[in-house]
Amino acid sequence: MTRPEIQAAMIEILSDINPDVDWNAFGPEDSLRGTLESMDFLDVVMELRKRYHIEVPEADYGKLATMKGCVDYLEPTLGAK
Amino acid sequence: MSNKPDHQRIVITGVGLTAPNANGLADFRNALLHGVSGVKSLEMRYFGIAPAGLCDFDATKYQKRRDIRNGTRAGSIAIYATGEALADAQIDITQEDTSRVGVFLGITEHGNVETENEIYEISKYNYDTAIWSHHHNPRTVANNPAGEVTVRFGITGPHYTVGAACAAGNLGLVTGAQQLLLDEVDLALAGGVSESPRTFGIFAAFKSQGALAYSDDPAKASRPFDLARNGIVVSEGGAVYVLERLDHALARNAKIYGELVGWCYNSDATDTVLPNSERQAECVRKALKMAGMTPQDISIVNTHATGTKLGDIKECAALREVFGDSCPYTYFNNTKSFIGHCMGAAAALELAGNLPAFEDGLVHPTINVENLDPECALRNLVCNEAVSTSVHAILNNSFGMLGINCVTITTKYQG
Repeated sequence: MTRPEIQAAMIEILSDINPDVDWNAFGPEDSLRGTLESMDFLDVVMELRKRYHIEVPEADYGKLATMKGCVDYLEPTLGAK
Repeated sequence: MSNKPDHQRIVITGVGLTAPNANGLADFRNALLHGVSGVKSLEMRYFGIAPAGLCDFDATKYQKRRDIRNGTRAGSIAIYATGEALADAQIDITQEDTSRVGVFLGITEHGNVETENEIYEISKYNYDTAIWSHHHNPRTVANNPAGEVTVRFGITGPHYTVGAACAAGNLGLVTGAQQLLLDEVDLALAGGVSESPRTFGIFAAFKSQGALAYSDDPAKASRPFDLARNGIVVSEGGAVYVLERLDHALARNAKIYGELVGWCYNSDATDTVLPNSERQAECVRKALKMAGMTPQDISIVNTHATGTKLGDIKECAALREVFGDSCPYTYFNNTKSFIGHCMGAAAALELAGNLPAFEDGLVHPTINVENLDPECALRNLVCNEAVSTSVHAILNNSFGMLGINCVTITTKYQG
């Protein structure tokens, strides 16, 4: 997957978890955690596990704080898919 | 006119509901007076097709889509019914002392839907429990539907659900009244909810028991008292009432739908499934005694009858024992014939279906009675067409598994 494809995959996950938010409007550095509640974030982790078999250890949760952070974090794994 | 002081009288000042054939009291009443069934054909995974009653309401009226996704169907039904009840009662909850508001909802069961959904989900991942959602616990705790209501409306008073099988809708209402009489709350949001048809288990169990309705025409599948009845139609729904002490209601000039004057709940103590006419009759008599009424004082008896062979006969035997042939102005009807069995919501919805009779003077019929079972031929059983009469008191029967019975009596408010 390319970086835009990874971002699109993230937007799809976020939109499923909270459909009330326009996630396409988020800039690369906008904080996701300001919009996602803590339980929502656990859903993000779960959806990455279910859809892409990616395990995000709790120590890495902070790396998923922004859209760019998500893409950076996921690129080494999803970039090969 | 009651001789009780106003602060010991409990009145209904708001009604909110979703039923398989209507949303809102006026539309529900209209459907019941015009023979509109809400039972349709439902296809479920594993089980296949069965008649069922599903509600069609706009959950987004009171919930964000995120909250609908994270919560339960019963929670959404409860929130919708509560929002409609508060609006009907002209109560702005943000202006209330919410520590004096309580939520008390009857449920037949809760958690089956959510648990089956999770098991189905992990089945797609080789039963890896790492896929099991963290939402499972808040979704399946027994207080879920009532708790979702408090979260949504910022209600900080007490909340809990009342597990009472298919008597739960009545017992939720009774619990609200009791909390008001105990002065624990000033407003009670009380009633019952059900999400039961959202999973196959209850259908499969009734089928194994030989108690699940079937029909080529789903609208005719729920047919209490008819000779061809063959079981229960499983349905969802919810009805929530705003209850207040009379002095509280009068102080804010509230519209009063009726007064909850009597109730009783007891146990058969005989069988897990089979009903007990003797205990049912005793429950009715004790409710009448609490209300200070005789059988002749009752205008409408809304039967619990679910369309099972034995259950309908047992209830009719109990009613004959109490009402006999000496109540020429007491009429009997059944709401499940329209909407199926809404489980925890059943009694609450069935009272709502009859409550407008205080104003319109009509007894809604029991539909789908083509050949009346002689054993169910109660005097003044209203079949297929509404009957006009003067309505002063409604007695509402509800009976459930493990032998739980709950009867309520609501009267027209007369100052």
